[in-house]
Amino acid sequence: MKAKKLTTPLTQGKALSLKAGDRVLLSGTVYTARDQAHKRMTETLIEGRDLTFIPPGATIYYAGPAPARPGRPIGSCGPTTSARMDAFAPALMAAGVRGMIGKGERGGNVVDAIKTFKGVYFAAAGGAGALLARRVKSARVVAYEDLGPEAVRELVVDDLPLIVAIDAHGNNLFERKKR
Amino acid sequence: MIRTVDAAKVSDTVAKLCVEANFKAPKDVVDALARALRAERSPLGKDILRTLRENIRIAAADKVAMCQDTGMAVVFLEVGQDLHVAGGALAKAVNAGVRKGYAEGYLRKSVVDPLTRANTGDNTPAIIHTEIVPGRLLRITVAPKGFGSENMSAIRMFNPTVSRDQVEEFVVGCVRDAGARPCPPTVVGVGIGGTFEHAALLAKKALLVPLGEKQARADLAAVERSLLAKINALGIGPGGLGGATTALAVRALAHPTHIAGLPVAVNICCHALRHASAVL
Ligand code: SF4
Repeated sequence: MKAKKLTTPLTQGKALSLKAGDRVLLSGTVYTARDQAHKRMTETLIEGRDLTFIPPGATIYYAGPAPARPGRPIGSCGPTTSARMDAFAPALMAAGVRGMIGKGERGGNVVDAIKTFKGVYFAAAGGAGALLARRVKSARVVAYEDLGPEAVRELVVDDLPLIVAIDAHGNNLFERKKR
Repeated sequence: MIRTVDAAKVSDTVAKLCVEANFKAPKDVVDALARALRAERSPLGKDILRTLRENIRIAAADKVAMCQDTGMAVVFLEVGQDLHVAGGALAKAVNAGVRKGYAEGYLRKSVVDPLTRANTGDNTPAIIHTEIVPGRLLRITVAPKGFGSENMSAIRMFNPTVSRDQVEEFVVGCVRDAGARPCPPTVVGVGIGGTFEHAALLAKKALLVPLGEKQARADLAAVERSLLAKINALGIGPGGLGGATTALAVRALAHPTHIAGLPVAVNICCHALRHASAVL
């Protein structure tokens, strides 16, 4: 099966065209965020303020990259466990986030939110940080610099290899495959 | 005669091992991934295994850590009783090495205070296990441990009358509950016996036994085989996307325990089973 080329930002139409099990090469802009950034972003939303650094239709990459060597945009940059972000993900989707990249299964609340907001959850190969880093063309911190590896970074990526794990129709690769 | 090793030498060696362990996959893991790729039937599973093999090649070529979670540095020291470390405290020297290695290798600093969550900034302190052994050598093993898999580990204090099936179900249950989170294919370390903390240490040490090495006890080898078959029948597969390769291996270590109990610990490690050793 050939991989589909996909560019950000994700629209509702693009999300609906994806099926669980599709291999995707994603190009464009993604935003890294993990535990502490999710906690802060959710607090901002609860206070009724906007997340100015994340545009509508954004894709969040659950990752905390290793530092870059001089001359390189980024260090090792693979996905972290998505389930830890489950409690925060629906609120972020309600605020406009459409795509999520991480590793491992998601809770029922996230599967429901993906259906409601016509989003998509991609699985990246867990532990393939060196390979994934090669697909990152540039990186800059856009929020929470004090969090170090957990800061929100805007990454420009080229052909990031992903697998559609949960699609907008509610198909869930982890459900189907887990006997 | 007492032999002397300089603390600075210890630091430099630890630094080198931190970097080596993160950039270079041990050969037994590379071989196990190749075997798994030949045996795996699931297309997505094969895809992930291929990606992981390619990742190992790229990490070595680009001098980039295989995984961005470069772990908490777990350091095993086997100190010969006729060896003297001069020029500073041994634990300090080890931590200085971790600090140096994680800075020079551009490795991620993932260690925080458990209450404030403030990052220590240099990936120290390391977790240091020291054993005094006969001889005049110092053997250092650095095993950086990622927490995606560490978080899926567990310990249980069984009754002494527990059946082998129940013990195996506990281990298989840990792997089942972990699902895709510890980046399967994993290696599952099992510690059987001893005390509460010793079982956990055995499980961690079991992860360091080379994957191809023959298990010394036949009955323990049978437990390992049975567990591996049950785990790979779960169908979790590479990346949790389905397939026959959920674990590359199960390694178990046993130690005599008390008449009243049976501690069993499970320490799960991802395919990024990183460790590097040196002898001074
Ligand atoms: S579980 Fe292992 S391979 Fe996966 S992200 Fe953590 S350290 Fe990396």
